Amino acid sequence: MAINQRSGTSGSSISIHALTKRYPGSSAAAVNAVDLDIAPGELIVLLGPSGCGKTTLLKMINRIYEPTSGSIVIDGVEVQSLKASELRRHIGYVIQQTGLFPHMRVAENVAVVPKLLKWDRDRTRERVSQLLELTGLPPEIYANRYPSQLSGGEQQRVGLARALAAEPPTMLMDEPFGALDAITRTRLQDELKRIHKQFSQTILFVTHDIEEAVRLADRIVVMREGRIVQVGSPLEIVREPADQFVSDLVGSQDVLRRLSLMPARTAMEPLNGTPPDLAQSISGEVFLREALSMLMESGDPFIAVTGSDGTAIGTLSMTSIQRAAAPPDAPNR
Amino acid sequence: MDLGYFFDNLDEILALSLEHLRISLTALMIALPVALVISVIGVWFRPARQPLLWTVGALYTIPSLAMLAFLIPSQGLGLRPTLILLVTYAQVFLVRNIVTGLTGVDPAVLEAARGVGMTPLQVLSRVWLPIALPVILAGVRIALVTIIGLAILGGWVTAGGLGELLFSGINTNHPAKVLAGLIAIVSLALLTDLAIRLLESFTSVARARRAGNRG
Repeated sequence: MAINQRSGTSGSSISIHALTKRYPGSSAAAVNAVDLDIAPGELIVLLGPSGCGKTTLLKMINRIYEPTSGSIVIDGVEVQSLKASELRRHIGYVIQQTGLFPHMRVAENVAVVPKLLKWDRDRTRERVSQLLELTGLPPEIYANRYPSQLSGGEQQRVGLARALAAEPPTMLMDEPFGALDAITRTRLQDELKRIHKQFSQTILFVTHDIEEAVRLADRIVVMREGRIVQVGSPLEIVREPADQFVSDLVGSQDVLRRLSLMPARTAMEPLNGTPPDLAQSISGEVFLREALSMLMESGDPFIAVTGSDGTAIGTLSMTSIQRAAAPPDAPNR
Repeated sequence: MDLGYFFDNLDEILALSLEHLRISLTALMIALPVALVISVIGVWFRPARQPLLWTVGALYTIPSLAMLAFLIPSQGLGLRPTLILLVTYAQVFLVRNIVTGLTGVDPAVLEAARGVGMTPLQVLSRVWLPIALPVILAGVRIALVTIIGLAILGGWVTAGGLGELLFSGINTNHPAKVLAGLIAIVSLALLTDLAIRLLESFTSVARARRAGNRG
């Protein structure tokens, strides 16, 4: 096998060069000479309006669509040099409509890729239970159900488990949570983040939802009319949109909207010496909008910001939030 | 109603029924691969789909006796013209249902099948056909029941089967013989229908559907 099959501890590097896709009968290229380098373990969100080429770009990586020209190299191997079916067995694939096999039970759905890779039965069974646990579907309840017996959120969990089955170093996700209600979507986003943290796959995630992009992405790739408009961290995209298009997309002129897109850790004053004794604290991942209401409600001048382990890493005041929320071209930036 | 002939000649009637079934199944075995090829062309090559469906539909409108009479000069008597007739008439049911079954599968499911790394053959055998199977089997059922009915005409061209009983009953003005043939043919059709319905209920899709209704 040409693609390294690592034990789920790290992701692939992906290098996209001059990638172009023209659909027959269409004059404009759906993807137009795109270059993009992705580091191992990065969670990249492709963001843009429908028709911007983000899905086409994604689906050329596992050769659901074939590029018109250009190249995609995964871990040093040109994808065009591999058999498409072999390539895809080592790339997790999740789509919005889930595409679960309706005639197979949940456990059979998840076992599809291990079966294609000819794992022995015990290993497959063990892996299936492990994955159902991982995706929040207790096997004793869910293993023998059919997709039609599941809610939308449960179906997408199965889709995620199926994609993760053979510990692929790369995952492609095409608006996987787009059809779910807001609460289920947020919950699944959190679980995806947890899984990504645990296994550091390289993930390419397509969405048109800026809030989803900010929540998930290490880097956001903004696309428009087949081209990449801006690449940057969520903070960079929200604070310094490259042009009017990106600015409109992220709604960065609207202060409240900006606050609801920026995590608290991006605006805090980093801790200097011993942690202050503050009554209120908030996780660094929580968005500023929530931090603001906490400040106003409590009437305290400062609240503590905590890291992932729960210890204080900084403080947040009205002033720091004001500074963070200032529009990109304001003089005090 | 005189059932005397039926009970007095059970052995012969059974033998003719089995022969009738054999002719019908032979026709189905030839008709199925032909229909599968026509259907796959129709599914893969979109512009051909409607013309193909019209063609098999039009063939079915030819009166069966007329077609048999038309076939005799070139094919002679016996099994050959009978099978050609049966295979031709079966196409409309088979092709229509195979095309409907295959095109009815959710494209997202097929894309997912490719996406997880199935080869085109694996997509067909593990996902596409199994999901389409109940619709295809329904087509097979209707085709086979129709074949069984039409195969009576084989008795007219010495191909054998229950048609021989019926035609000889008509020719010798022997109503009890005709009735016996009628009972046999209807039983055969009903049993076949039942057998294939049973088969349909064993498909993975039917199993999934039952599970879905339960919970």
